[in-house]
Amino acid sequence: MLHIPCPYCGPRDETEFHYGSEAHVAYPEDSANLTDEEWAKFVFIRSNPKGWMAERWVHSAGCRRWFNVWRNTINHEFGPSYKPFTQQPKSPA
Amino acid sequence: MSTVTFTFDGKQYSGEKGESLASALLRNGVLHFTDSSYKDRPRGVMGLWVEETNALVNVDSGAGEPLKPATTIEIVEGLVVRSAQGVGDLPDTRDNSRYDKANRHVDVLVVGAGTSGLEAAKKFSDLGKSVIVIDDKPTAGGHLVYLGQPVPADLLSVLDRENVTYLPRTTVQGLYDQGYSVATERRTDHLDVNVHTEMSRIRTWHIRAEHTVLATGAFQRHLVFANNDRPGIMLSHAAATYVSNGANPFKTAVVVTVDNQGYRDAIRLHKAGVHVAAVVDIRKKVSKSSKKSSRKAVEKLGIRLIKGATVIDTQANLDGLLSSVTIVDAKSDLQETIKTDLLAVSGGWTPIVHLATFIGIKPTWSVKRAAFIVKHKDSLTSTTGMLAGDFGDDDEAAIFFGPKLSTEQALVAFVDYQRDATYRDFKRAIDAGMRSIEHVKRYTAIGTAHDQGKTSGTVTMGLIGQAIGKAPDEIGSLTFRPPYISIPFAALAGRDRGLLSDPERTTPIHSWHRASGAPMEDVGQWKRPWYFPMPGESMHAAVLRECAAVREGVGVMDASTLGKIDIQGKDAGQFLDLIYTNMFSTLKVGMSRYGLMCGIDGMVFDDGVTTRISENHWLMTTTTGGAAKVLDWLEEWLQTEWPHLEVYCTSVTEQISTVAIVGPKSRELMKRLAPSLDVSNEAFAFMENKHADVAGVPARIARISFSGELAYEINVPAIYGLHIWESVMAKGADLNITPYGTESMHVLRAEKGFVIVGQETDGTQTPDDLDMNWIVSKKKDDFIGKRSFSRADTARDGRHQLVGILADDGSYVIPEGAYIVAGADEKTAPPVKHIGYITSSYDSAALGRSFALALVANGLARKGEKIAIPMADRVVTGVITDSVFVDKENTRRDG
Repeated sequence: MLHIPCPYCGPRDETEFHYGSEAHVAYPEDSANLTDEEWAKFVFIRSNPKGWMAERWVHSAGCRRWFNVWRNTINHEFGPSYKPFTQQPKSPA
Repeated sequence: MSTVTFTFDGKQYSGEKGESLASALLRNGVLHFTDSSYKDRPRGVMGLWVEETNALVNVDSGAGEPLKPATTIEIVEGLVVRSAQGVGDLPDTRDNSRYDKANRHVDVLVVGAGTSGLEAAKKFSDLGKSVIVIDDKPTAGGHLVYLGQPVPADLLSVLDRENVTYLPRTTVQGLYDQGYSVATERRTDHLDVNVHTEMSRIRTWHIRAEHTVLATGAFQRHLVFANNDRPGIMLSHAAATYVSNGANPFKTAVVVTVDNQGYRDAIRLHKAGVHVAAVVDIRKKVSKSSKKSSRKAVEKLGIRLIKGATVIDTQANLDGLLSSVTIVDAKSDLQETIKTDLLAVSGGWTPIVHLATFIGIKPTWSVKRAAFIVKHKDSLTSTTGMLAGDFGDDDEAAIFFGPKLSTEQALVAFVDYQRDATYRDFKRAIDAGMRSIEHVKRYTAIGTAHDQGKTSGTVTMGLIGQAIGKAPDEIGSLTFRPPYISIPFAALAGRDRGLLSDPERTTPIHSWHRASGAPMEDVGQWKRPWYFPMPGESMHAAVLRECAAVREGVGVMDASTLGKIDIQGKDAGQFLDLIYTNMFSTLKVGMSRYGLMCGIDGMVFDDGVTTRISENHWLMTTTTGGAAKVLDWLEEWLQTEWPHLEVYCTSVTEQISTVAIVGPKSRELMKRLAPSLDVSNEAFAFMENKHADVAGVPARIARISFSGELAYEINVPAIYGLHIWESVMAKGADLNITPYGTESMHVLRAEKGFVIVGQETDGTQTPDDLDMNWIVSKKKDDFIGKRSFSRADTARDGRHQLVGILADDGSYVIPEGAYIVAGADEKTAPPVKHIGYITSSYDSAALGRSFALALVANGLARKGEKIAIPMADRVVTGVITDSVFVDKENTRRDG
C-alpha cells in the first residue's frame, strides 16, 4: 500500500486517497476553438512516462483536498507533494 | 516439557508439549504420513518448517484448519489431525474463534529472529530506534535452536528492551511499497485446543516501517533422483534436528550432499546414535578449509566418505519405507547399493527471497553458494544473514541438482512432491521448447501447490540450466507473490464479518419498512425496501398493485437515500452552469430543475434535481449510488480548475429525510398533512418548492415527479422522517395510501421514459443518445462535456440511442441485457449482428402488458421497425417504439 504525502495532513495510507491522473493538464480556456485533434489530446492523451511523473491525488477520506505530487512510476517512490497553484518543485530525477 | 496425547488418523499418540507434530510422529515411529495427491505414493516428512511439501494434515480440533504442514503444528493435549492427501477440507462447523487486527508504525521492522536478525535489531535498538522483530517460529535464535546451541545472551536480551517489540509465531505474509507489510500472529493454537472467545486466535498486523531488515534465512533443498520421495528420505538438516531431539526412528543413515552442511548433519546424526553408513558428496575436490572442517571431521568419526558420487535411485521395503540407496560415481557410472532406513539429503541452501521479490528486488545467483541470494541495501529495505549470502566461511556448494536419469528413472524422480511433478514432466516441457521458469512452471504445475515452490523453485531453475547448459540465473528470476504461507480468510477479515463486513446504510424510516415485512434491495450500501407484499402476495402481483395505486390513487415512497449536496456561495449559480448541461443560474429562488452531468468526454455520468433555496444557496440531489462520486467531482473542479469561484459543497444526504407522496390523490393528502398550505395548481406549480408545517414539522415540499404523476416530496430534518411517514400512512388510510418500493419506482419511471443513470447508461451515452437533446443548453459558452458533443465519434451516425421496445407477445417480459437483432425472425439464423440491447424491462399495470427500454443503433430513426431477440429457446419478435409509454403530453403531473 502506497504511503502518500498529503501536503496538508502528512503521509497517509493509500486507502484514504483517490487518484486523479496526470497533474498540470489544464482545462482548455477556449475549448470551442480547438480542433477535434487538440480536444481529443486534452481528453484522452496523457504522457504516461516511465519514471518520475507529477500527478494529482485527492485526500478523500481525510482533508478532502486535491494536491500534486511527484511519483516514480517504476518503483512507486514519492517525491515532494505540493498544493495546487503553487510553484512546482523540481523533478527528483 | 510435559507429555500430551494427540490423535493422528484416528490413532492416539503421545509426544512432548510444544514439539512439532512431525517430530512427535517420528518419535512414535510413524514414517509413512500420507500418500501423494496424484500417484498415491507413500510419503513421509521431508523438512523442518514451512518448506514441508509432504506431511500436510487437516486439523479437526479447535478452530480447525485445512492443509497445514505437520512441521509447523505445536502439539497440545487433545489435538486431532488427519493426514491430507494434498487436498484440504474445511471443517463444516462455524469457526467461533476471534480474529483481530492491529496497526503499528515503527522505525525498523526486522523479519527473522535468527542470529543476523537479532544483530540487526540490536544495532537499531542501540541507535534508539523503535524496532519490531517478527519471527514465525515459537522461539528466537533461528538455526541455533535447531542445532540445540544457546543463543548468545546479549542478542536474546535485545528482545526484552523497551524500544523492541518481539512477535514470535508471526509470519510476515507480504511486503509492499514504502515499508508496508502484513503479518499474521498465531496466538492460541499452541496453548490448547480450545476455541478462545476472549483472545484472538490470529491477529493480523499492518505495519509501516521506515526501514525493513530482511533476515529471513534459508531452507535446504532436495535433489532429483529416482524414487527420491520415499518415507525415510529427508532434508539432512531436518533429519539431524529431529534425531538429535530424540525423535529417532532410524538405525542407519546415508547422507548425500552438495555442500558442507551434509557433513555437519552427518556428525549430528552420528552423535545422536545413528550409524552413518556413508557421506556421498558430488564434489571430488573441496577447498582447504572445507577439507579440514568437514571431510577430516567425518573421517575421524569413522564415517565412510564417497567423493564425486551421488544417489541415483532408492529401494523400499514391503511397507513402502526406504530400505537402501543406489550410489553412482559421476565419472565412471559405477553403482553401489547401501542398505539404510534414512537418506539425509543436503541439496544446498535456498535463501528465503520471497519478501524481497514481493517488492521487486531481483535475487542474484551466487556461484560460490549455488543459491539465489539478495544482497540489497537502500533507505527502505536491507538484507542480512543467509539471505544476503552469508553462509559461513567454509560453505561452498556444488551447482548440482540431480544425476542424469534414464526414462524409467525420470518417471519417479520428483521435482515438486506435492504436485507429483517428475523429471519426466519437466523434461517434456524442455523438449517442447520451453526455457523460461514461468513457462515450465505453467506447463508442469511445478511450484503451484500449497508450498508455492518454496523448495522446488530453485531446483527447477537449476535443472533447466543443467538441461540446456546455462546458469540458473540465465533462465529467469525467482518471483513469488504474497501470502508467504496460506492464511485463513477469517484472519484477513478480522472482525469485519457478517454485519460488520460492510457498512449498512438505512434511512430513518427503515424500522417501519422492516416491520412491514418488505424485502430489501441493496443499492450500494443502502438498504431500500424493494416492494411491500400483502400476505401471500407474489412480487409480481405486489408491484402491479403498487404501480396501479400510484397511477390511480396515491402511493408513498421513501426517497431519503437520494444523494443530497448542499451548495452555497455567491458563484454557485455560475458553477452549476459549468457542471450541468443545462442552465441553472437563471433559476428563480424556490424553483427546482432537473439536470444532467457529463464527463469531459461528453458522456452522461449523473443526473438529479437541483433546487435554488435562496439567492446563493442550492440543494443538489444525485443518484443514490452516485452521491460520493458527484461530491468528489464538484470538489475536483472547484479546487483544481476554478478556485476563483466562491462555492462550498457539503454532503447532507443523511441529514434530510424525503417522503414522496405520488398519484392523483396526493393533492388531497397533502392538504390534510399541511392545512396551512395552498396546494392548488395555481398557488403551487410543478417544480415549485414551498415551506410549510407538515404534521407539525417544518418542511420543504417540492413538486417533483419521478413517475409522471402529481407528486409532492416532503423534506424534513432526518429525525422527523419516521414521524412524517407514519402521519402520511395515518392521514392517507381512507385514500388507500399504498407504500411502494424500488421495484415499482423503476417501473413507473420507465413507463414515463425516465432513465436511470447506470441502467440506461454505461458511460458511453451522450444526452443526445438518451433522446435528451432538450436538456443541452445552446446558450451557454461552455460546460463540462460540451466540446465533446461535436467530436466526430460522438456525432457520428449509428450510435446507440434510447428507445422503447414492445414485444409482440405482451405477456412476455424480455430479460434485461438481451441482445436485439434487426428485422424479423428469419434473419436471426447465425451469424447475425446485434443492433442493441435491452436496458430495462417490466410488466406494466398501466399498459396492461410488458414493455422495455433499450439502446439501439440509430434507434431514434428506427421507430416502428420490427426487431427480433434470439433467446436460448425461442426468438422473440417486437417493434421499436418511443421511449415514453405513459402520458406523453405531461398532463398527469398537475393532477
